[in-house]
Amino acid sequence: MSTSLILLIVAMVGLAGYVIGARRSLAVGGGLSSKLHSRPGYYGSFVAVWAIVPAVFVLFIWLVASPTYISSSIRGAFPDEVKAQSEAEQGLAFGMITSIARGMNVLSLEEIDRVGSNPVDLRSALGAKGVPLAGDPQPYMVEAAGNLNTMTYASRLAMTAAVLAISGLGAAFAYRQIAPRFRARNRVEKVILVSLVVASSIAILTTVGIVLSMLTEATRFFTHVPAWEFFFGTVWDPRFAAAGSGGSEGQFGLIPLLLGTLYIGFVAMLFAVPIGLFSAIYMAEYASPKVRSVAKPLLEVLAGIPTIVYGFFALTTVGPFLRDLSSQLNGLVTGDYSNFIQAQSVLTAGFVMGIMLIPYVSSLSDDIITAVPRALRDGSLGLGATRSETIKRVILPAALPGIVGALLMTASRAVGETMIVVLAAGVAARIQLNPFEPMTTVTVKIVNQLTGDLEFTSPQTLVAFALGITLFAITLCLNIYALYIVRKYREQYE
Amino acid sequence: MTDVVSPVSGIPKAKSGRRDIGIKRRYAAERRFRTYGIAALSFGIIFLMILLWSVVSKGYTAFQQTMITIPVEFSEQVIDPQNERATNPQKLLTANYPVVARNSLAKALGVSVDDRVKIRAVGQLLSDGVRTQLRDMVVANPAIIGTTQNITLLAAGDIDSAFKGQINLSVAEENRKVSDLQVTWMNQLAETGVLAKHFNTGIFVNGASSRPEAAGVGVALIGSFYMMMIVLVLSLPIGVAASIYLEEFAPKNKFTDLIEVNINNLAAVPSIVYGLLGLAVFVNFMGLPRSASLVGGLVLTLMTLPTIIIATRAALKAVPPSIRAAALGLGASKMQTIFHHVLPLAMPGILTGTIIGLAHALGETAPLLLIGMVAFVANYPTTPLDPSTALPVQIYMWANEAERAFVERTSGAIIILLLFLIVMNVGAILLRRRFERRW
Repeated sequence: MSTSLILLIVAMVGLAGYVIGARRSLAVGGGLSSKLHSRPGYYGSFVAVWAIVPAVFVLFIWLVASPTYISSSIRGAFPDEVKAQSEAEQGLAFGMITSIARGMNVLSLEEIDRVGSNPVDLRSALGAKGVPLAGDPQPYMVEAAGNLNTMTYASRLAMTAAVLAISGLGAAFAYRQIAPRFRARNRVEKVILVSLVVASSIAILTTVGIVLSMLTEATRFFTHVPAWEFFFGTVWDPRFAAAGSGGSEGQFGLIPLLLGTLYIGFVAMLFAVPIGLFSAIYMAEYASPKVRSVAKPLLEVLAGIPTIVYGFFALTTVGPFLRDLSSQLNGLVTGDYSNFIQAQSVLTAGFVMGIMLIPYVSSLSDDIITAVPRALRDGSLGLGATRSETIKRVILPAALPGIVGALLMTASRAVGETMIVVLAAGVAARIQLNPFEPMTTVTVKIVNQLTGDLEFTSPQTLVAFALGITLFAITLCLNIYALYIVRKYREQYE
Repeated sequence: MTDVVSPVSGIPKAKSGRRDIGIKRRYAAERRFRTYGIAALSFGIIFLMILLWSVVSKGYTAFQQTMITIPVEFSEQVIDPQNERATNPQKLLTANYPVVARNSLAKALGVSVDDRVKIRAVGQLLSDGVRTQLRDMVVANPAIIGTTQNITLLAAGDIDSAFKGQINLSVAEENRKVSDLQVTWMNQLAETGVLAKHFNTGIFVNGASSRPEAAGVGVALIGSFYMMMIVLVLSLPIGVAASIYLEEFAPKNKFTDLIEVNINNLAAVPSIVYGLLGLAVFVNFMGLPRSASLVGGLVLTLMTLPTIIIATRAALKAVPPSIRAAALGLGASKMQTIFHHVLPLAMPGILTGTIIGLAHALGETAPLLLIGMVAFVANYPTTPLDPSTALPVQIYMWANEAERAFVERTSGAIIILLLFLIVMNVGAILLRRRFERRW
């Protein structure tokens, strides 16, 4: 029976349990729900929970555990000369066996008889059924494949029986518990509470998953390349690894990528901070409610546009525009119409990213500026200061910690931004200071290293995880520091 | 600010009896400051306009496609010269259909079939997609062979671009992809109405193709749809459950504090990191297939959860305590209070947050690149386990194509994506307006 069918049956049992349980409770209460501790629906739910939860739990455990058990027992039965081979060879042999096993399920009985254990015939027969084999199967493999099929079949059968039995038994057990004084509601609510706790711990699991997965892969990378060469290397030249070559020598220096990331982020902040901040100040302090109600959503539209759209905009509009502009300027000044701004450059990527960041800066700062107490404003204006003087001398200093926090959060967005830089910043990893030349970032290299054919053992792909954990650490630090500043600031007025 | 004179020190003595407190200068500074604000605000809005305008002006033409409607003669000589289709059905699949279309077009143009050079140029007017179009027609109805049918064929991508005026025809002939002769033919056909622009349904239904005129976002739309469904089905219940626990039940202790800090941080983790997580955990560890929308959906779920949790908690917080007190006072249990009274009242806020989270997930590209959704998929995925692409990933792949016609396609796909986002966001705003309650 397929897993989904089992799940469906268990669900049906649960549903039936609900109906029967609810009826039974009314019956034991003599038809009056006022005689019962809980309302009939809770008795029904109690039965349904007992019918479904343990059964699904067992099903899940079985699904995870049985393939591991079967594969280890098949591998344990390998002939000694195969066992003497390397781990990878054994893995290949096991892969063959699973293919054969899958193929034998497709073949009819007489076909299996006809083919027997003749390896060449078997291979062609399986090939005709759409199950290609990598090599000629050896006799022990055919036997093992037979065993594999038997074990899988037995395991499925046992699983079906066990799960359905547990479901039925659970329902029966819960059904027998039903009595007028039985506290069904409290039991059901306890189950709901547990599921709420499980749901909220998924957040923790995600973080743990991020850190663990990246740490393990990064550690594997650091067995190929020493950590200090990665963190302090100044050359990024990963060399493409041919499959199976075991990782040719490449140089994995983080410094050029990190500099590119910080430089582009800096240029982006150079555009975003003044524009965002002045927009926020204008909207909070000067604009009439009408202007504000139009301008604020318009700016927030900028935040809703997917970054791939910004990337395309940079690639097809801003980049060529800056390139042509520079060649015209150059022509006007020197008479030589060659461009000094590349189409893909730090400036292009930084500028477009800056536009993307404007709404983050402005809406965060807007909230913080409007949170400054009215009294401070009135005091300053009452003493004769103009509005701009009030803003510069009173409001901004009061709001400064919050604004710094907002800017740090924005900076962490700039560091982690991917699609704009992938399309607009270029791929050349180098250390230089000219904003008109292309540079590359950590995120670009993660994408570059992980698109295309993957081999999960070469440092060329594993380096992406080392880059990822670096990125994660940087943004995490920025965010925690920003949260810390914002929280500290908040305490001043409350 | 150094130019503002402080009222205590450095006040110059006025000559005319009134003290000059620099009011003119200060008002000028005030005006300047205000102008900076207006300039900044307009800069942002102007760039929004430029961005949208550049996309729309490049992309609106993608919704029209140049087609050529001609009587196509299904000549038996070309399709099946040896008359072996009865014995060998393969013959119909491998027949040279582009020649069928080319010869018919040559006839319409009055070009002799024997003029080798010209007939090649005629063939280049048509898309290579006519091969499958005519083949499917013939295979579906072999009796069509030998007859002449009026059929609308796709024009080649370059002709499409030229007809839409996107190719600069003043460039020397050898430097552009359409020759003068082809342009003459094109205009000749356009005058008689044979060659005309039609609404482009292909961009909505076709899969990936290396020929821009036959490429569409059909597969990507299905992939994105699967992913959005998975995100909705997983992240809404989990997010709501987590928020209910944190907002209503959680005791204030180290553990719940940890969860809270965690969720705030997860909301700020770069999206590409989620892609790495998905690659390492779902693809590598659990062995789920690469390029599958299931994996994409799971990754986007993890990414959207913090957004939904934060929105849901805000919505739950906004329900006044009096509601809870009243329900509890009438004897409801805490669970009943929350599920029967608080949650329904918070639902509009929760749904608004969910829609905004979904819109965000719909436009997300970077994590999907890492789990292998950058794939050339021409067939519709039938289950979430089949390889597929997503709308933003399709945009990314097209943005990397060099041909001019792909720029138009890319912008067209962006317009489709933005339309979806606008619909979702407007829906969220309407929902909020309609059901928002002020307590």
